[in-house]
Amino acid sequence: MFSTLAPILLQATGETLYMVAAALALGTSMGLPLGVLLATSGRGELFEALWFQRIFGPIVNATRSVPFIILAVAIIPFTRFVVGTSIGTSAAIVPLTVAAIPFIARIIEGAIREVDSGLIEAAQAMGARPVQVVTKVLLPEALPGIIHGLTLTAVTLIGYSAMVGAVGAGGLGDLGIRYGYQRFRPDVMAAVVITLIVVVQAVQSSGDWMARKADKRNI
Amino acid sequence: MIRLSNVQKTYPARRGSDEHTALRGIDLDIAAGEIVGVIGRSGAGKSTLIRCINLLETPTSGSVIVDGTDVTKLSNRDLPLFRRQLGMVFQHFNLLSSRTVYDNIALPLELAGASKAEIAAAVDPLLPLVGLEEKRDRYPAELSGGQKQRVGIARALSSSPKVLLCDEVTSALDPETTRQILNLLKDINKRLGLTMVVITHEMAVVKALCDRVAVMDGGVIVEEGLVDGIFANPVHDTTKSLLADEFVEFRAGQDSAQSRDQSSGQEG
Repeated sequence: MFSTLAPILLQATGETLYMVAAALALGTSMGLPLGVLLATSGRGELFEALWFQRIFGPIVNATRSVPFIILAVAIIPFTRFVVGTSIGTSAAIVPLTVAAIPFIARIIEGAIREVDSGLIEAAQAMGARPVQVVTKVLLPEALPGIIHGLTLTAVTLIGYSAMVGAVGAGGLGDLGIRYGYQRFRPDVMAAVVITLIVVVQAVQSSGDWMARKADKRNI
Repeated sequence: MIRLSNVQKTYPARRGSDEHTALRGIDLDIAAGEIVGVIGRSGAGKSTLIRCINLLETPTSGSVIVDGTDVTKLSNRDLPLFRRQLGMVFQHFNLLSSRTVYDNIALPLELAGASKAEIAAAVDPLLPLVGLEEKRDRYPAELSGGQKQRVGIARALSSSPKVLLCDEVTSALDPETTRQILNLLKDINKRLGLTMVVITHEMAVVKALCDRVAVMDGGVIVEEGLVDGIFANPVHDTTKSLLADEFVEFRAGQDSAQSRDQSSGQEG
């Protein structure tokens, strides 16, 4: 039995990791600048732009208030436009990324706002330009918080990736639903659940380890 | 070196707070190589005053001339270049927790685009100057308050500034460490001929460090002169009460010095 289960379990795990890694990378590439700007565009801040807050604050909140399964279905036309199809592992990356961007943006914003404003003042007194304040001070000082936040995002995305299984995306969630639930195979269900637990543990532990390495505040 | 003429600073009214005037026409001349103290109680406007010199605060009106340039007229592009000529040291050190001692001191040079070799040439001699050779690769979390402030001072000096702005630099330190930091600043002033502006609420700091002092109250300078003269013959009530505080602190300092002797002196 194990010999027949192992290959499909392995393949499903690979699909899940692929979807999550791609969505995390794409989500960070867009969520990071968005989060930095949300944290620095307030009144009297580095890149004061109140219009930016007024436009993107509500958009971020709106995206975050839609349950993921609804979001995944609602943006199917957009997914089809981007990938050419709405079915399959690559197509699932689109809704996962769309959900990850505002999540990551808020996490980055929060981590940056935690940085002592005295450091911004000190950097400006040294002659730092606004972009340098971000790259040389805010991001390095916020790094432990950002790593914690991205770990949280990865774990959340693993959960979401099980849901996109419902719209034909493959991965561990899909395997659990189709084999474990619809074909009454409790052994498959158990294997899927255990694999998910192991993957989440591994992600969380390595995230914690990296955050600890980056944190020089308590040595 | 620095000339403030009729500098005013008014913070506009915001939700929850009325319009607030921090500076009401400040005139102050600071000669090159001089150490000038600005003393006053909390809310007197001294922190705003020092921030008007490097434009961390923009004066509402008046002019700030540094080394012949009216810096209030500088564009946003030129402002960082001007600020690199001034070093600033802070009450709460404001060191980057993610950088080692060396990298903290190197930061102003990094921001100015200096090469690794230029940075090493500037930072290496600063470490012995502030007595931190052995802490070179440590992080701020591993240092005592006095050591952190030494890093702060070295960082302010690394871009070879003409002026050092000191904002309550000893207020977070114990009396013994305060004495060491003041000696260090005095030594730096002598060796490098740096102009210094020192903000404080303690007369003891003025006495130990400054050539001249300006006493602030309610956003104006109420009394100004050579330190010896002000101490010998204070005129304004604020000056008198600040001097009276120092007498109390002096006695408290003696008491704690005695108790420290008894408990076989711990390093701060």
